[in-house]
Amino acid sequence: MNNRLHNSIMTVMLFAAALLVGRAAAAQDMPDFHYQYPQKTGEQIFHGVCQACHMPNAKGAVGAGAYPALAGDKRLAAVSYPVAILVNGFAAMPPFRDNLSAQQTAAVINYIRTHFGNHYHDKATVAEVKAAMARARGAG
Amino acid sequence: MAEDNSTAPSPAPRATHPTTRRALLRLIGQAAGGAVMYRAMTELGFARESTFTTPIRLEGNPRGASVLVLGAGMAGMCAAYELRKAGYKVKILEYNSRPGGRNWSLYGGDVYTELGGFTQRVEFDRGLYLNPGPWRIPHHHLALLHYCRLLNVALEPFLQVNYSAYVHSPDAFGGKPQRYRAVQADFAGHVAELLGKVTNQGGLDEAVSREDREMLLEAMRQWGALDKNYQYRKGLLTSTRRGFDVDPGGGLDSLPTPSTPLAFSDLLKSRLWAAISAGHIYEFQDMIFQPVGGMGMIGKAFGRKLDGVIQYNAKVVDIRQSESGVTATYEDTRSGGSRHQAHADWCVCAIPASILSQIPMNVGAPMRAAIDALYYDAAIKIGLQFRRRFWEQDESIYGGITYTQLPNAVIGYPCTGYQQDGPAVLLGAYTFGPNAVQFTAMSPHERVRKAVEYGAQIHPQYDREFQNGVAVAWSRVPWTLGCAAHWTPELRAQHYDNLCAIDGRIVLAGEHASRLPAWQEGALLSALDAVTRLNARVTGA
Repeated sequence: MNNRLHNSIMTVMLFAAALLVGRAAAAQDMPDFHYQYPQKTGEQIFHGVCQACHMPNAKGAVGAGAYPALAGDKRLAAVSYPVAILVNGFAAMPPFRDNLSAQQTAAVINYIRTHFGNHYHDKATVAEVKAAMARARGAG
Repeated sequence: MAEDNSTAPSPAPRATHPTTRRALLRLIGQAAGGAVMYRAMTELGFARESTFTTPIRLEGNPRGASVLVLGAGMAGMCAAYELRKAGYKVKILEYNSRPGGRNWSLYGGDVYTELGGFTQRVEFDRGLYLNPGPWRIPHHHLALLHYCRLLNVALEPFLQVNYSAYVHSPDAFGGKPQRYRAVQADFAGHVAELLGKVTNQGGLDEAVSREDREMLLEAMRQWGALDKNYQYRKGLLTSTRRGFDVDPGGGLDSLPTPSTPLAFSDLLKSRLWAAISAGHIYEFQDMIFQPVGGMGMIGKAFGRKLDGVIQYNAKVVDIRQSESGVTATYEDTRSGGSRHQAHADWCVCAIPASILSQIPMNVGAPMRAAIDALYYDAAIKIGLQFRRRFWEQDESIYGGITYTQLPNAVIGYPCTGYQQDGPAVLLGAYTFGPNAVQFTAMSPHERVRKAVEYGAQIHPQYDREFQNGVAVAWSRVPWTLGCAAHWTPELRAQHYDNLCAIDGRIVLAGEHASRLPAWQEGALLSALDAVTRLNARVTGA
């Protein structure tokens, strides 16, 4: 069989294999858990992603459970804390390492830590985030 | 299974004694009909459809034992109903002012406020609704079907695959939506032709026997609508799969015009083939049902069945077990958060894990670790009302789903009220997972606006016919903090059994405690299993 034909067949088979999802079919038809958020700056990422739960004013919200406020959040003092949370997730908060790059993660941490009544000017670095991601992937 | 091949004459002249299971089943089928034969098949170990055995019977005497159920969603109400039937004293604490939890429909006149204080007043016409949570009941979700029958909830068909609906990408074929039937037929046809070519050129000589190759060619020809040269070409044959440019008519001047298949390379690059497998998945195979009048009919009926048992507007803030029982501390959300306590011998906790991870509860470390390991996926659903059913009147789409690579992901057409004049509501967006977070971050008004903007690229009639919409983002739903638990195989291996095990006097229930995440069936099966085990512990039965 010639090369081009072979490649076409392999392409079709690979595409078909990609449709096989490792977990049982969720109730939605085609979720993409590796979706990459397109926002670039820390401000864009906060308003396009984080505010979904932490709210546009970063003050969180309370229902049957609560989303914590990021505004004036003393736990942000140690930069390793938000790095760990964003990379690994925590309880009801998902990890974001598959959806935000190291650059995006560092950018949004630095934005939140310098806005909303937070005044922490030491920066999260891309290197630090990458290291945390590597640790998470190695352990997972 | 051994057949009786004895040729010895039977001692009884006329009666035939069934000596094999097959013969016995044939006898049962002839005598009593197919349904009875099927049950016999199940008993004899042939057929096995679901883990549900209906109805469950909790044996033994609870001797006045009491159970506190936390959460009046499907799992909580199922647990409460079955426990009461078995003689337990039951009380339910529910955060909302209504029963059902995620089993929920929104109707015109409803007012819904999400976390952050964004309020929507639903403006749907009378009789129209959106199912913001579950919208489908697969035919093999036997527990849910059982309770629908028990609660007199009428069902109607839900259409998943509609060959007339669209598959769309803004980057393919100039952004022109393609009919599902065309994508399905062309993908199959081109693949079949390719495989036929490979076979005829000897490419499969090593992998497939000659006899099987002949069968394969025959199968490909039929499956792919290939002509006698094993080619997928424009013509009347392929048009019987992908549709015609002009349909066959009647009388004079009635010849059909065949349509032109899409080029294979264009089709592959478009990724439209990603949409044509959904209907093959077990949960999305026909028959699928929906309740007449909205999915919320089930929760409402269940709540009526448990009238007097459910205490509404109760926000649980602490769960404490001891030698003498379980005490839940709750705030009355209607009276400024005044605190009260409810006590029982046992507790079935059907609160979502996303909320439960924030409630102090003295269970062992393994269960606590399991609860804390679960985040809940984001999901959004947006219902849009239009002045008329343009998808039916202009495009012959009756029910079913259009798939798009735009961020709204789908357009779900109503599976009811066909051909009626007047407004109708369709599902303008449904996404699950990280993409849904983007919608969640918007205001409800912005979400609706975006859904209209995206849908208009598929149906230009949107702009002219749009009337109003409502958008539910599950991460901002006050009683769930997300749509459903996010499990992975690794998490299940590590945590699932610990999550489901009875811890002292407490057992958990809900879709998170099941192998069917985000399905109501998972919630019900987990509740049934939980109360069965609990009852065994209480009664020693």
